[in-house]
Amino acid sequence: MRQAQYKIEEETIKIKLPEELDHSNSTDIRKEIDATIYSGKVKNVEFDFSETSFMDSSGIGMIMGRYRLVNPLGGKVALLGVKGNIGRIIKLSGLHKIVGESEEK
Amino acid sequence: MRDILKMEILSRPENEGFARASVAAFVARLNPTLEEINDIKTAVSEAVTNSVVHGYENGEGTIFMEIVIEDKVVHIKIADEGMGIDDVERAREPLFTTKPEEERSGMGFTFMEIFMDRLEVESAKGKGTSVHMVKKIGGGK
Ligand SMILES: Nc1ncnc2c1ncn2[C@@H]1O[C@H](COP(=O)(O)OP(=O)(O)O)[C@@H](O)[C@H]1O
Ligand SMILES: [Mg+2]
Repeated sequence: MRQAQYKIEEETIKIKLPEELDHSNSTDIRKEIDATIYSGKVKNVEFDFSETSFMDSSGIGMIMGRYRLVNPLGGKVALLGVKGNIGRIIKLSGLHKIVGESEEK
Repeated sequence: MRDILKMEILSRPENEGFARASVAAFVARLNPTLEEINDIKTAVSEAVTNSVVHGYENGEGTIFMEIVIEDKVVHIKIADEGMGIDDVERAREPLFTTKPEEERSGMGFTFMEIFMDRLEVESAKGKGTSVHMVKKIGGGK
């Protein structure tokens, strides 16, 4: 399965998420993002869901955790390309109320 | 029509994806909608992940799965012989988690409940946990 891909642009780390985001891969993604945040290089996190078709509550926990990490630093979390059942899960968990969401990509 | 799928898998994170894909493939004969398939995949993923993360606390153990199709109704049982749950009623509450340090969101049982028609949880401290979920395909929920 395709791994997550990371790109740093200015103060933002952009993550193209894998096809399925669950407990088995969310821990590694969390470590990768946090390492760049702790290095002081970035404070914003952008999750790109455009090639992701599945996410469960482990993904919710991982995104929520990054929000808690960057919020005190004045950073932002954005979700891109959210659609279908992932959008439903994000709404049910209330995540859309605290992070920015945009449909386009 | 009646059919049964039984599986035993080790509590490895890699098996979470395998478990939900297997159940989705087994249920495909009922011609579920994409939404119904996603509901089932999410519920299975939550239950199996709970056995891995909480039941066996990321150690090794066996997860027992039994899927029964009866006409248009799918019964899914996912069980472990792990540590069990202290207070099932409390565990089922939205956002409740005993592992906030692992960034668990506490939404697992809530998603199982929302995405399936019925959810029953049986658990005994030190003995294990069994989750039974039911969903009617074409139920238009
Ligand atoms: N199979 C299990 N074995 C032991 N404890 C469990 C199991 N499933 C759930 N739990 C308990 O119920 C709580 C809530 O589960 P859940 O709603 O999936 O949230 P989360 O997994 O994010 O903690 C867990 O934090 C855990 O304490
Ligand atoms: Mg869970």
